[in-house]
Amino acid sequence: MADEDVVLLDFWPSPFGMRVRIALAEKEIKYEYKEEDLRNKSDLLLKMNPIHKKIPVLIHNGKPVCESLVQVQYIDEIWPHKSPLLPTDPYQRAIARFWGDFVDKKIYGLESRKVWSTKGEEQEAAKKEFIECLKLLEGELGNKAYFGGENLGYVDVVLVPFYSWFYAYEKCGNFSIETECPKLIAWAKRCMEKDSVSKSLPDQDKIYDFALHVKKVFGIE
Amino acid sequence: MKWRTIFSSKTMGDDEEVKVFGMWASPYSRRVELALKLKGIPYEYIEEDLSNKSALLIKHNPVHQKIPVLVHNGKSIPESLVILEYIDETWRNNPILLSQDPYDRAMARFWAKFIDEKILSTTRKVSFTTGKEQEHAIEEVTEQLKLLENEVKGKAYFGGEGIGYVDIVANFLVFWFGNLQEALGINIFSQHKFPFIFEWIQKQLKIDMVDECRIPKDKHLTYIQTRLAAFKSASK
Repeated sequence: MADEDVVLLDFWPSPFGMRVRIALAEKEIKYEYKEEDLRNKSDLLLKMNPIHKKIPVLIHNGKPVCESLVQVQYIDEIWPHKSPLLPTDPYQRAIARFWGDFVDKKIYGLESRKVWSTKGEEQEAAKKEFIECLKLLEGELGNKAYFGGENLGYVDVVLVPFYSWFYAYEKCGNFSIETECPKLIAWAKRCMEKDSVSKSLPDQDKIYDFALHVKKVFGIE
Repeated sequence: MKWRTIFSSKTMGDDEEVKVFGMWASPYSRRVELALKLKGIPYEYIEEDLSNKSALLIKHNPVHQKIPVLVHNGKSIPESLVILEYIDETWRNNPILLSQDPYDRAMARFWAKFIDEKILSTTRKVSFTTGKEQEHAIEEVTEQLKLLENEVKGKAYFGGEGIGYVDIVANFLVFWFGNLQEALGINIFSQHKFPFIFEWIQKQLKIDMVDECRIPKDKHLTYIQTRLAAFKSASK
């Protein structure tokens, strides 16, 4: 559409931002990407997301949409004809939403951060739970190429950004996700074969450097 | 005059089977019942004892093992917000809970998340902490409620013309929250501090189905006090 104005306020290592980048790429929507300095948030960010003051913020024709799961569904509903992300059947949609919620609570949640930001017993407990959650996701994937079936779907978009963080988790946690969850890694690599994903995810080494930097800044050893 | 739902010609087929695994004091569980009642969907309600969860609940929600769970013709759907959207998409009679407009839907989903991830989450901290930690949580939830107050200001319902998705998600304010603060002996939420939310509550109370989902006050107060006592003795 010629008069569409789409702006994304984002921060390059954010997996939440990556979800929106992938969704927009899948729909082939041109947009303006604006990198935010989270230590010095722009007036635009504060105006467009006054409640949470967080990225990503999707601004469509001047109107803001906040929260990545809300944004991905919004993108899917505004541009429904290209690469539909949610299925049409209500039960299948409920399953997809359930697993999207699971990813947010269990994979992106506070407990999983302990895998890279703590040590000792606390870290071991976090690792164990993290792997259990990934295995549940493997179970849900089953023999499908993608969570969405034959093509990328909502759950794929919601989960795959995390793949860019796997290396950081493995190095900090001293474990191999591929050993524990080979099917999930195979799925992630399959997703990365798509431009919409590979161009939206930063390099794993850069994420690892970023994680180390964050640990240093917050005095986490 | 009490407001009543208007039914369209769509009715339940004879072979429709709807079950709700719930808990009478849970605001998440009450949401689901409210949505089904508003849509006129008959359902079988199964009360769960959360200290002794049934094998059926665990079968229908193996991942989280929590209520509420909706089971529709054998298909299980957990997570109250997921259930609400499922109900709205499956039974397309009035009231339609979510707008057809993608932007309005995004706003509704945003506020539902805010209620669950911020207000209700901070309320848990208020319940289960003491001293400075509790004071801080009370300040936090007050700020969050002010944002919600601002959102309903000047509106009869959160969504617009009639009861909808956010009104149902915010149902915890109609009975549950007032009971909780009374049991805790605190005063976060009053008509003086939150006149618009109070006005919204008065409108909600005029809806039969909302009243049918009332959490009985005395029973609720006793329940909360028992839970708090158990928590205090467990954490000693």
